[in-house]
Amino acid sequence: MTPKQLMNDEEIRRALKRIAHEIVERNAGASLVSLVGIHRRGVPLARRLAAMIAETEHVQVPVGELDIGLYRDDLHSRGPAPILGRTILPELGKRIVVLVDDVLYTGRTIRAALNELSDWGRPSAIQLAVLVDRGHRELPIRADFVGKNIPTAKNERVDVQLSEIDQAQDSVVIVQED
Amino acid sequence: MSSPTTTPRRRHVLDLDDWSADELRSLLTIATQMKDILERPVKQVPTLRGKIVVNMFWEDSTRTRSSFELAAKALSANVLSLGAKDTSVKKGESLVDTVRTVQALGADYIVMRHGQSGSPYLVAQHFRGSVINGGDGRHAHPSQALLDLFTMHERLGELADKKVVIVGDILHSRVARSNLWALTTMGAKVVVCGPPTLIGPAKYWQSTWPNVEISHSLDHAAEGADVLMALRLQHERMEGGLLPSLREYSRRFGLNATRVASANSNVIVMHPGPMNEGVEIMPDVATGPHSVIETQITNGVAMRMALFYYLATGSEQV
Repeated sequence: MTPKQLMNDEEIRRALKRIAHEIVERNAGASLVSLVGIHRRGVPLARRLAAMIAETEHVQVPVGELDIGLYRDDLHSRGPAPILGRTILPELGKRIVVLVDDVLYTGRTIRAALNELSDWGRPSAIQLAVLVDRGHRELPIRADFVGKNIPTAKNERVDVQLSEIDQAQDSVVIVQED
Repeated sequence: MSSPTTTPRRRHVLDLDDWSADELRSLLTIATQMKDILERPVKQVPTLRGKIVVNMFWEDSTRTRSSFELAAKALSANVLSLGAKDTSVKKGESLVDTVRTVQALGADYIVMRHGQSGSPYLVAQHFRGSVINGGDGRHAHPSQALLDLFTMHERLGELADKKVVIVGDILHSRVARSNLWALTTMGAKVVVCGPPTLIGPAKYWQSTWPNVEISHSLDHAAEGADVLMALRLQHERMEGGLLPSLREYSRRFGLNATRVASANSNVIVMHPGPMNEGVEIMPDVATGPHSVIETQITNGVAMRMALFYYLATGSEQV
């Protein structure tokens, strides 16, 4: 099956714009908000959200990045050794941390991210923003901000392409796997 | 999202003779991230939670053993450290018997040091988990060479065509041999330096290490060097008649300020420890501005964490 496009660059931009507004609305401004992107594609998404918030709110929201590789529960059944990204976090204490990722699926990545964050500090709240929620949760985790809900089958794969990482135009496509 | 991956996984780390440059590079990247963890508020991640690491050191070692121990603990493994006194070798237990015992105790990783060259290979044959060689006889000391490589790479960047001088008892040194594998794979220009009795026959060098330069004059070798690495001079070499006197060795092959000054301006001075200050390295050089000897120790923990991580990924796949 050829990949089917579910979002183009303009739709992605609009979805992020809406998420940026919702983050500000939900938290009564952005002064207490910090954004933390999950490697790899959550990181550029967090930066974009910060830029959008800066445009409307004139607040420079701190942006961090988180690699959950060492907190995975499936490390021993994966391989070979995945390269780890950097973890650079702003001060978390008394901040509202919004975790940002591209696709929410089983919830295991978010579980690992929550564990890792709590080793770094104690935010006053943690919220979750994702570009795509494709369902099939294996843990009691939900997103606070969702760009698009996309019903999928388990044998399908959702691929997000972002210009910062993929040297391609922004898009979300769905691919059938054998 | 899967991250970029490298070569198929390894089960053991016994020697560096079969590691590719790409594999070494990915290990350097992982070690960089591991070093970050050691600066976090909580210096521990759950990667090896519930796994058992057994350190078995039949030869004394404080540095390597505690480095492996801290590395395993930073990854949340349970660690058991056994010295020669703790094993039943004296009661006549063979190496293989000891391995079977440790396996029955539930070990997932064995880190071992043994005086017999090649013994980790024997252990690997009888152990279902992973074996990391912490030094075997004169053969290899892979984790030391990897932490050396990490330290050089951190300070100097790409190592291709960098001049690395290793001075001392090359012939009997497992540290030197493992460094030779790693450095030549990365394309460095390696010079081994020392008196002929500690370098070995030219024929061996021509056949095994044709690209490694041999020098019997440190004054000459140090010129333009990017790395000056002194090896520990074992006192038994004196007794074996391989050296005229310590004072003469120190005069001709000791790292002193003059020799460091003749090297590149950003040269780094290294030593695997423990040092005989005043013999192979002068105290002012050991603590001087070019010395990275303390960094080597810090980097040792990070690199050993990287090795555990490298072996852990996919360990339950096959």
